[in-house]
Amino acid sequence: MTTEEAGRTTPRVLVLWCPDWPVRAADPGSGDGQPVAVLEAGRVLAASAAARAAGVRRGQQLRLAQRLCPELRLRERQPAREAELFEPVVAAAEAFTPRVEVLRPGICVLPVKGPARYFGGEQALAEQVHAAALGAVGGSGNGSGSDNGYGVRIGIADGLFAATLAARSEAAATDRTDVLRPAPYGLVVQPGRTAAFLAPYPVAVLGDEVLAELLTRLGVRTVGAFAALSVRSVADRFGPTGTAAHRRSRGLHARPLAPRRAGPDLTVEQLFDPPEQLAEPLVFVARTLADLLYQRLGAIGLTCRRVAVEVTTADGRTYSRLWRHERRLGAAALAERVRWQLQAWQGMAVFEEGAGGFAALRLVPEALVPDQGRQLALWGENVAGDALERAVARVQAVVGQGGISRPRPAGGRGPGEWVARAVWGEEPPRPVAEPWPGRVAACLPFVVPAEPPQVAVLDAAGRPVTVSGRAEASAPPDRLRWAGRELEVTGWTGPWPAVEYWWDPARSRRRARLQVVAAGRALLLTVEDGHWQLEAEYG
Amino acid sequence: MSTFDPALIRPAALVPAGGEVLPVLPALAGLLPGGGLRAGTVASVVGDAGLLVALAAGAAGGAGVWTAAVGLPDLGLAAAAGSGVELERLLLVDRPGVQWPEVVSALAGAVGLVLLGTDGPVQPQLAARVAAVLRRSGCVLLVAGPWPGAVARLRVAESRWFGVGDGHGQLTGRQALVVAEGRGAGGRARTAWLWLPDGNGEVRAVEPGEQAGNGDDTGVLGGLAVV
Repeated sequence: MTTEEAGRTTPRVLVLWCPDWPVRAADPGSGDGQPVAVLEAGRVLAASAAARAAGVRRGQQLRLAQRLCPELRLRERQPAREAELFEPVVAAAEAFTPRVEVLRPGICVLPVKGPARYFGGEQALAEQVHAAALGAVGGSGNGSGSDNGYGVRIGIADGLFAATLAARSEAAATDRTDVLRPAPYGLVVQPGRTAAFLAPYPVAVLGDEVLAELLTRLGVRTVGAFAALSVRSVADRFGPTGTAAHRRSRGLHARPLAPRRAGPDLTVEQLFDPPEQLAEPLVFVARTLADLLYQRLGAIGLTCRRVAVEVTTADGRTYSRLWRHERRLGAAALAERVRWQLQAWQGMAVFEEGAGGFAALRLVPEALVPDQGRQLALWGENVAGDALERAVARVQAVVGQGGISRPRPAGGRGPGEWVARAVWGEEPPRPVAEPWPGRVAACLPFVVPAEPPQVAVLDAAGRPVTVSGRAEASAPPDRLRWAGRELEVTGWTGPWPAVEYWWDPARSRRRARLQVVAAGRALLLTVEDGHWQLEAEYG
Repeated sequence: MSTFDPALIRPAALVPAGGEVLPVLPALAGLLPGGGLRAGTVASVVGDAGLLVALAAGAAGGAGVWTAAVGLPDLGLAAAAGSGVELERLLLVDRPGVQWPEVVSALAGAVGLVLLGTDGPVQPQLAARVAAVLRRSGCVLLVAGPWPGAVARLRVAESRWFGVGDGHGQLTGRQALVVAEGRGAGGRARTAWLWLPDGNGEVRAVEPGEQAGNGDDTGVLGGLAVV
């Protein structure tokens, strides 16, 4: 096998790798050097640098990881957030070439051939991609720093396998400059020298555990040694999987990239010339446009989750609102939503005096997904009827999409935390199972202020009542001062301590609750850091 | 005030407001004209969220009736569920602002009961327009606050809380003197002592034996006094 063959048949690719992506997504504040591990199915999926330094490894059991690093912060994996955060990075990469393949959130691949010529060589391309990706990561993070203590690494080699390895490898020894060009942003393997680059790695990197174990027992310990075996004997002894690994070991990873295709542009639009003064014709046109949109979507077997209705006025301003689609809106229903939206905007005087009428109406489908039909459960599901869906849509036209919500059970100790509000149509987070020790149970409060007001709790001598670390009140509360009034306390009980997340300094809360009856009203008061709040009122 | 024209908003299902009555809890039935909430009418509850929810619970716990809470961001949802409001069929529009008439009118055609909180007093003309929409759709409106032209006005005149002592115990319930005034009652107010709620979280009438001593100005008994 010659390197010339490898250089000819294997396309050179650039791998952009953001290390510890699941950690970054699950714990945006983890760049501060804290040990963090992301779990999936009870095992460590990824760990931050500090955790790795303590010995936490991918695939470890949770118990072992915690023994190695007791102060380890644990996070559940958040695949949706990983993908969402990676989107700006992909967009930055797509500025260099449209043919970007996302292997998974955190790692994507670009072909090198075209862009390298345009951007002035592989080194220059790698440098520019690195800078662009760093900017995108910084912008998508919590905004505190350029890359929140993480980096972005670039690897260029023949074939995906070697390029991934190059991106993941630490700054290599400089005595291999005939093979490698190390750079601050990563590693560039010289064209045609990929097999030489791979040779010193252990066979485990080939990604086939069983094969690696067998090869090690046979005395073939490095990729180079494996590559030196003849193709025929490998095929005889190890079959197709062995042959594939053998090809990888020789730098012949010829799988072409599978870049994601940009969704087809299915926007439908109607221009009005001269500008239309009345809303009615727009509603009319909207019906036709919606028909056309559904026809186009149906022709390619897609459906959309959201539709944006955009209206451009003659003075060039564009107004847009998203409608959740959920496969339920027919053309007539969508046209009706356009009407409600225009009415709501006119009611709120959104359009300015000199707007000069409507110049264009656009329907933009978003979040395209394959159309798989919709199946309702036979029974046991609280299905909102058509009339209700329509009513909800009309309310959304007035107060916005997030303005209407449904209560969903949630976990928590405070009375306001038991039931959460989930925006209509969105999947709520799963409730945390009971028990919640320290819940204030029995009687439940009917008023739970969204923003609890401050209250002064005073004892008989007029001093503020405090609660000690042992959950003892300094003196019996005698009166409350609140919103300019003073209420005499006729009965009280507590305080009940509630300490949450004591293991996590960032989320830790120490509170104590007090039930008080004052002037015929029963109140739940909460003290935190010496400040009393009215958390809830019974009745 | 926003420009609101009820003619713009046509409820989807127009139920003629016949003699249909939404059920209420048995303890409250005696306080209301007709023993329930007549479809398409407005009742007002001043100053007590517990009473408002209790009034809604009878209807909102029934099968198939959706309820909406408009402009009540502070409503204790866990307590509402405890009183019998079905959370699976509850809609929340927490902050409609000055657009609440539009929101109520849009919902009236689809839900059976709307709980409404407004920021300030309601103009009689606006109230009349909303009432017209409600009459056509058969939806019942319960307003937390005064409402011009409400068929029933309920309030809690007196409250006695039980279970809390002087540094010990836990709230278990309250007895409340509920006063109902209405158009149909000939100007006479009806009153009743109710557990709102009792130790089991239920709303029921206070039995003669349970009555805490009248004129007891503290209104609070020790934890052991509750049976």
